[in-house]
Amino acid sequence: MTKPASKTVPRPAARPNYVSTTNACKLCTPLGASLAFRGVEGAIPFLHGSQGCATYMRRYIISHFREPVDIASSALGEKNAIYGGGPNLKKGVLNVMKKYEPTLVGVATTCLTETIGDDVPMILHEFRKEFGDLDLPDIVHVSTPSYSGTHTDGWHGAVRSLVEQLCVDKAAPNGRVNILPNMVSCEDIRHLKDICRDFGVHATILPDISETLDGPALEDYVKIPSGGTPLAEIREMSGARASIELGRCLPAKTGGVSLEAAFGVRNHRIGLPMGLRESDRFLETLEEATGTPMPRRYELERGRLVDAMVDGHKYVFGKRAVVYGEEDLVAGLCAFLAEIGVDVVLAGTGSQGRGLDRAVAEVTGGVARISPEVRQGVDFHDMAAEAETLKPDLLIGHSKGYTYARGWNVPLVRVGFPIHDRFGGQRRLHLGYKGALELFDRIVNTVLEKKQADSDIGYGYM
Amino acid sequence: MNTGILEERKDQIHRAGEGAIDIACNRDSLAGAVSQRACVFCGSRVVLYPIADALHLVHGPIGCAVYTWDIRGALSSGPELHRLSFSTDLQEKDVIFGGEKKLEAALDELIDRHAPKAAFVYSTCIVGIIGDDIEAVCRRVSESKGIPVLPVQSEGFKGNKRAGYLAACKAMSRLVGTGDTSGISPVSVNILGDFNLAGEIWIVRDYFRRMGVEVVANITGDGRVADLARCHGAALNLVQCSGATLDLARMMEEQYGIPFVRVSYLGIEDMADSLYQVADFFRDKDPGIVGRTQELVRDELSMLMPELARYRLDLAGKRVAMYVGGSFKAFSLIKAFRHLGMKVVVAGSQTGTAEDYAELEQIADPGTIIVDDANPLELSAFIKEKDVDLFVGGVKERPIAHKLGVGFCDHNHERKEALAGFAGMLNFAREVHASAMSPVWNFVPRRAARVAESGEEAVND
Ligand code: SF4
Ligand code: SF4
Repeated sequence: MTKPASKTVPRPAARPNYVSTTNACKLCTPLGASLAFRGVEGAIPFLHGSQGCATYMRRYIISHFREPVDIASSALGEKNAIYGGGPNLKKGVLNVMKKYEPTLVGVATTCLTETIGDDVPMILHEFRKEFGDLDLPDIVHVSTPSYSGTHTDGWHGAVRSLVEQLCVDKAAPNGRVNILPNMVSCEDIRHLKDICRDFGVHATILPDISETLDGPALEDYVKIPSGGTPLAEIREMSGARASIELGRCLPAKTGGVSLEAAFGVRNHRIGLPMGLRESDRFLETLEEATGTPMPRRYELERGRLVDAMVDGHKYVFGKRAVVYGEEDLVAGLCAFLAEIGVDVVLAGTGSQGRGLDRAVAEVTGGVARISPEVRQGVDFHDMAAEAETLKPDLLIGHSKGYTYARGWNVPLVRVGFPIHDRFGGQRRLHLGYKGALELFDRIVNTVLEKKQADSDIGYGYM
Repeated sequence: MNTGILEERKDQIHRAGEGAIDIACNRDSLAGAVSQRACVFCGSRVVLYPIADALHLVHGPIGCAVYTWDIRGALSSGPELHRLSFSTDLQEKDVIFGGEKKLEAALDELIDRHAPKAAFVYSTCIVGIIGDDIEAVCRRVSESKGIPVLPVQSEGFKGNKRAGYLAACKAMSRLVGTGDTSGISPVSVNILGDFNLAGEIWIVRDYFRRMGVEVVANITGDGRVADLARCHGAALNLVQCSGATLDLARMMEEQYGIPFVRVSYLGIEDMADSLYQVADFFRDKDPGIVGRTQELVRDELSMLMPELARYRLDLAGKRVAMYVGGSFKAFSLIKAFRHLGMKVVVAGSQTGTAEDYAELEQIADPGTIIVDDANPLELSAFIKEKDVDLFVGGVKERPIAHKLGVGFCDHNHERKEALAGFAGMLNFAREVHASAMSPVWNFVPRRAARVAESGEEAVND
């Protein structure tokens, strides 16, 4: 086994340093913030900027979740852009209050309002003073210019703002555990909840999009879907026994970090529980935080996963995969793929400076047969230029890689966000032993399907 | 539930037959109202996007470009440059020091890489604020690369989608008149405002071929730069949809004396009418054209009508709500639904004009709700009030309908099903039927309760 060395230094080969971006592998910052705000009970996301940004993001998110996604906007016009967007922000929040009756308005800036320099905290302060006689909702704001970050920064920024702006007092110890789950699917959140329940601990999961972005059919159109992290619980996060934040590529300052700094809530920063070892780590952390040993159910799940990995290892061994998407998802996938003998030949992300290279080296260490090439701040054009010579057998990532998969005649295993060309993206499970098992079945079956399709003979027994 | 209409939006909603129509429109969306509308940039992008051999570079931060990456169903019979998403992905330092250098370098690089026939550079909100002179950059690159490099002044905040249509038309008008028009038939047209969604323009072009009409340029579905350059050689402009390309047709009328007619390829009457209008226009130059057109329509209808009759059996009496981009489309849809025995009870659009709405009220049944620039809460309230069976709209409207247990048909730029022409009408009927008649509606709570109450077997009977 070769010891994987991380590729922290840029490749010496003359890799062109493109100025333009072609088919970006990232989304903009307020989109991440909007998604996170959608995971708070009674909340409505509000983008301070021109109408277009909010509408575009809505349609993008709706196509994945197939749920109504109402994102308000201050709908700035030309005059506001010149004289400042304050009046529209205030008016917009009032209108949203009238129509939606939210308990929280999550205000995120856009490139426009960042550039004209609107001082959102100040405007909101004025707003609270001016309309203090009304029954005002909580208003949390986050600064999300897209020219300095990606959607994951928006997500983590919003989570941190929620914690810092709502959880301002030390709450009485409540025996809970805070989980900051990162940008995972609705099904992933449901699974995390199940696990915590089985450990006998009440988890405050922030944000919790499991219901708000995957709701049931109902009698009536609801303005704000039920579910989401209750505001009261966010306020009491300071009384939790520990926080667990999932992600090895998080910004230095996060909700978990500030809870630890302000209230001494022990913060565990571990990777997304994807694959065997990262899931082990998650359950160990839960054991440590709760003092409860791993319930038998998970021993069985773990056992089934290992059993399946053994049964299926030959189908996937040595397959070459290109993996792309959000940093932490990519790191998690690399962790699991290393465990099943799939060689990640390229791991790419559109974000930069979040340490994906280090994370990948950490999670694949000891098992990976080769050390994956890690590319940060890349678009699909960059990745394609490299991938063509790497001859992958598989692409693993969101729907936007489909054209490339099709061009190279290799299958695409769809994970993460957005899944725009398949059904049920929000219900895909990636986390825990169960998620790993589901992913394993899918990867093996994808390889089998491809083999079957490429074969001249119609074998019905593979 | 408080679905009351916001005071400031009341004059954007009208009920047909209840007094004179005086609907407010073309104003900025209301802050906090969760408008379904996009921005100026969106309008420009919609119109120019299908020009397949041009480079479309979005100058701005990344979002504006990613959200418009290959989301439309506009097909090309050749190059597919339009399906890639190019951006300058402005970073903080560009915002501080200006993005002109980056834009120029990006254009250089992309033009070398893809050898496009022309390049469109879209300006987004932030570019308007930092004040990049994209006009100057485009001029420089145009000179150095020897292809037209056209700025599109589409800063999102400078109005709504309609302003974007105008910006797109202005950009295109710079190409018009630059090519050689020799060899163009006197019986010739340009097709404006069709975007070749799911190959619709190919259906329409086939009709014109059978009529003996030459199509000089598709503007912009399956569009080519060279065709745009010589389209001023055509005898007539056909403008589909009121909003998008009317401005270009007007410019061409002024500058080159080319008359235009407004047409629609949706639904039976409008499709046939459009073809007859063209035949009529050319009857002096080509006396046989009227006969050929009649024959064409007869042939098509003889295939179509029996099929439609089958769907009508199931669909008669069902109620439809629609919320579309341009209101011109709404006229055609109302008529198309009548062929299926269905009644349109809500008709709204993002960007209708006062004249459009007045015309809409003329053909709408009394009581029909006419709305400009709606939002999810209003739309859901209308759906319930009018108890509709089918909603026609775009991606953002779909989950609203579905949550209320109402069938939905996509009728926006993202669709992958051809709905234009006679063949399209059949596709349309099929899709409407599949949406409205599915047994799933029996199980949706809002309607399941009603089924139980009335003891009926199925909602759709
Ligand atoms: S302007 Fe900024 S916030 Fe708006 S869509 Fe573009 S990148 Fe996103
Ligand atoms: S930044 Fe402006 S141009 Fe870009 S999507 Fe937003 S409103 Fe439209």
